[in-house]
Amino acid sequence: MSLQRFIQHALSEWMKGKGPQSDIVISSRVRIARNLSGLPFPMLATSSQSAEVVRRVEKALHQAKKHPVLGDAELIRMDDLNELQKRVLVEKHLISPQLAEESRHGAVILSKNEAVSIMINEEDHLRIQCLFPGFQPDDAWRLADQLDDWFEEHLSYAFNEECGFLTSCPTNVGTGIRASVMVHLPALAMTQQLNRLFPAITQVGLAVRGIYGEGSEALGNLYQVSNQVTLGQREDEIIDKLQGVVMQMIEHEQNARRRLRETSPIQLEDRIHRSYGILSHARFISTKEAMERLSDVRLGVDMGLLNNVSASVMNELMVMTQPGFLQQFAGQRLDPEERDIRRAVLIRERLSTEGNPEESGKTR
Amino acid sequence: MLCQECGKRPATLHYTKIINGEKTEFHLCEVCAQEKGEQMPGAEGGFSIHHLLSGLLNFDSHPQAGGQEQTGVKQETLRCPTCGLTYSQFSKIGRFGCSDCYQAFRERLGPLFRRVHGHTAHRGKVPQRTGGQLKIQREIERLKSELNQRVANEEFEEAARLRDRIRALREKLES
Ligand SMILES: [Zn+2]
Ligand SMILES: [Zn+2]
Repeated sequence: MSLQRFIQHALSEWMKGKGPQSDIVISSRVRIARNLSGLPFPMLATSSQSAEVVRRVEKALHQAKKHPVLGDAELIRMDDLNELQKRVLVEKHLISPQLAEESRHGAVILSKNEAVSIMINEEDHLRIQCLFPGFQPDDAWRLADQLDDWFEEHLSYAFNEECGFLTSCPTNVGTGIRASVMVHLPALAMTQQLNRLFPAITQVGLAVRGIYGEGSEALGNLYQVSNQVTLGQREDEIIDKLQGVVMQMIEHEQNARRRLRETSPIQLEDRIHRSYGILSHARFISTKEAMERLSDVRLGVDMGLLNNVSASVMNELMVMTQPGFLQQFAGQRLDPEERDIRRAVLIRERLSTEGNPEESGKTR
Repeated sequence: MLCQECGKRPATLHYTKIINGEKTEFHLCEVCAQEKGEQMPGAEGGFSIHHLLSGLLNFDSHPQAGGQEQTGVKQETLRCPTCGLTYSQFSKIGRFGCSDCYQAFRERLGPLFRRVHGHTAHRGKVPQRTGGQLKIQREIERLKSELNQRVANEEFEEAARLRDRIRALREKLES
């Protein structure tokens, strides 16, 4: 039953769109990689050793009954999920494709509001993740830090003084921390400034990647900025640096939006309303086009140019129009053409209940 | 921005790597990144590239073609006694097999960590329960830097308080 909750309930906490700077920053995530001492890393672990990892973590979790976050968390085994259910968890950013597809005895602990997901037997024994809406990497770090302390009280971690926390991949060693922020940069994209911005970000040691898109493109102008270095810096230094750089990105995007509004207000409004028109009337729409149009409409909402849609609907649609979710929604496997039709239906229905107060009908 | 490798598709991965002590930028599309077997930090979420570190790891073991045989033999002898992984296997797959690999490959890891992170020693969090001594040392270091700050600000009362705390922690370490 609880499983159904995570699969069918579309909105995770991070999608609700009510965080600081949520007109530009979609979500903030901190992930901490940890391994248990005395057991090989998942890549070389035997099946019984991997099962032992889950057993130890589950035993620890049993002692968390009164914990404010872990108390009502649920441990879900990958072997108990079908392909579609796993895909939905991936699209909600709660588990990685690697855990879904390649892990042995893979499992995930999910908190009730889905802000915390702890992957077991992914690349490392434990991946503690906190995912918050808007721009709050420091809060995400604080919670991840507390959860890490809690687990460390109940489990023995692989650690040595020189290298810090020992991880399967040398790029995670030391703090094991990866902090990332998901940003929506439509105005910088429209004004072709990303070409200058991204090299500047990589210069200071952060990485940027497009989020959605199979293969080659960054769809929907959504990017993830994250730290690269995990060894030799303290966690708070890593978080501070990421925060400082993202703050500057936010400022650049705000400036670009202001300039767009000043220099080409009609073109901007036209583009936003045109995209809104297409989304609310199309009978057939691909992921690529949907993501582009949703990006435009979201920009319109965030700039106050469109008032009959909310930002959270945009976050929700971004996730719900992905293939796995659509199929879950439809209750069956769909071929790509059927998906494009279903996607158009879903978007139309969602926008029409938003747009017309009479139809939502709750107030009277 | 177009991918620097194929020049056709838009670059969606942007990161730096330290090669020969120099920071080098990479701007690649997913396809080329995958072909190059690039290690992309922060790849979790979205879709993961199944990345291999081999290019990065092999860098100083094969300085030129002529040296390969010799280093090949040397690599083979480096093996983790616990999980059985050899250094050359590690450099192919880019993953350690167990926590003891760090000790077994110790002599090789310094240069690797320097290339990936620019540092070789951990400065972050230590385990609360098992890292007792180390935790106290870190706390002393932290208090010392706070102390310097207070002195610089001429907050002498606070500084004196910090000095006492540092002294107490030092005594605890020695006992
Ligand atoms: Zn390319
Ligand atoms: Zn080993």
